[in-house]
Amino acid sequence: MAKKFDAGVKEYRDLYWAPDYVPLDTDLLACFKVTQQEGVPREEAAAAVAAESSTGTWSTVWSELLTDMEFYKGRAYRIEDVPGDKESFYTFIAYPLDLFEEGSIVNVLTSLVGNVFGFKALRYLRLEDIRFPIAFVKTCMGPPSGIQVERDKLNKYGRPLLGCTIKPKLGLSAKNYGRAVYECLRGGLDLTKDDENVNSQPFMRWQNRFEFVAEAVNKAQAETGETKGHYLNVTANTPEDMYERAEFAKELGQPVIMHDFLTGGFTANTGLAKWCRKNGILLHIHRAMHAVIDRNPKHGIHFRVLAKCLRLSGGDHLHTGTVVGKLEGDRASTLGFVDLLRESFIPEDRSRGIFFDQDWGSMPGVFAVASGGIHVWHMPALVSIFGDDSILQFGGGTQGHPWGNAAGAAANRVALEACVKARNEGRELEREAREIMEGAASHSPELAIAMETWKEIKFEFDTVDKLDVA
Amino acid sequence: MNADSQIGDYRTQQTLETFSFLPALTQEEVYEQINYMLAQGLTPAIEHEVPAQAADHYWPMWKLPFFGETELNNVVNELEACHRAYPGHHVRLIGYDSYTQSQGVCFVVYRA
Repeated sequence: MAKKFDAGVKEYRDLYWAPDYVPLDTDLLACFKVTQQEGVPREEAAAAVAAESSTGTWSTVWSELLTDMEFYKGRAYRIEDVPGDKESFYTFIAYPLDLFEEGSIVNVLTSLVGNVFGFKALRYLRLEDIRFPIAFVKTCMGPPSGIQVERDKLNKYGRPLLGCTIKPKLGLSAKNYGRAVYECLRGGLDLTKDDENVNSQPFMRWQNRFEFVAEAVNKAQAETGETKGHYLNVTANTPEDMYERAEFAKELGQPVIMHDFLTGGFTANTGLAKWCRKNGILLHIHRAMHAVIDRNPKHGIHFRVLAKCLRLSGGDHLHTGTVVGKLEGDRASTLGFVDLLRESFIPEDRSRGIFFDQDWGSMPGVFAVASGGIHVWHMPALVSIFGDDSILQFGGGTQGHPWGNAAGAAANRVALEACVKARNEGRELEREAREIMEGAASHSPELAIAMETWKEIKFEFDTVDKLDVA
Repeated sequence: MNADSQIGDYRTQQTLETFSFLPALTQEEVYEQINYMLAQGLTPAIEHEVPAQAADHYWPMWKLPFFGETELNNVVNELEACHRAYPGHHVRLIGYDSYTQSQGVCFVVYRA
């Protein structure tokens, strides 16, 4: 039926608040935490978010009548209280699938976290979760290899992988840097990592780093008989530079490269992931800048959303925090997005901050990476929290060992294997941590010294971004 | 600065992945790992190889994976039989996980 053009400003809720709407299986669903300006009714604020993140603008326009806005508009379909918080509320919004280009995380984010975040009627806005419909998921490539393929390539089963970031993170020459890599790997680590700050600075240009690191990896592999790798950071100033570095890593026969997905951006990340799939190279993902976006409980984007976006964009590993180390991370919430990275179906579970069922279909899983301020005493808790499909990275905890990197690596490897063995025997890792670790140290002087070195260190501050509970 | 006698030297080891940084598992400890594997519903399988080829992905299979096997003793008997038949080989035990299409467990039981 033809409508008439009625110029002027309408209340958002007339068009975008739809409490009777039943979301379709193909809709993309989002949950926002909204803190509106005083005097703005909840329904109006929720509808404004739906409008400004989909088809709406502040004024009606005649050209709307040339299309079927009912087919394209986003709808706020539910409002909920935030437990323990009177000034904010959750709103749930359904977006029709055709609002987004197939396979484009960039397009989804540009809509959902675009202009709306600066909207004046809101004081704060936070994107808590997105349900990606399976119809959209199937248009994304996802991880280049995924957990299962990576295990097969590296020949590592039945345990978490062990890694570390090479330190000092800035200032080493390429040859000295390769030395640090070699020592870690010959001592028993599976993987080492470029620090995210390491790109191609004057003290160490990327070509030199790649060549020396490749020699270190190959030599450690030959001497130990185990498969080794180093995440060669190809994050660069331009896509062209990024691909040039990736190509060189491949030429050197290296198994894994690395990218910073937030500072590099989703376009670069998705492109690089596709390159990795094509070339059979694993892709490690760092998350610099995430805390700028996800740490404020009222404003920004929760990390679970960024993690989901990364799984769709493509990456084989993603940093998740450690729960126990020096960086922020609530345990239940972390376990929630660790599941979102690794499992194929994750049910709604508010106790872990998961607002929607998420079906990933056949999309490969991503290894959860726990890194930052962890040492051997954390090993029982880490194995218990993260399980086998994780990469535990001990930077200072490896290279700070009094005997050096190789001994530090061996200490961590002994501790890891002792914990896995004890878990399989049915022992409770966190409760029996001391006996398990002391038992392991009785046949490893490297571990005994590591335990002595780090026995006093704790990182116990309260989490800033907590789950919302009453 | 004088050399520090407190600092030890770490000697590189040839290792065989999971559990190779622990002392060789005792018989009882091997049984516990097999029980874990069976309790997880994994399918036991045995492979063996000469040490010089240990880095290869594929080791010769001993018979076929033991589909549907739930008895510890049967797995132990097969491990021992494989070891007797190939005394100079590494022998490893695998737990195939048909859900993840991966191996949930893999460790060397007899180091040559």
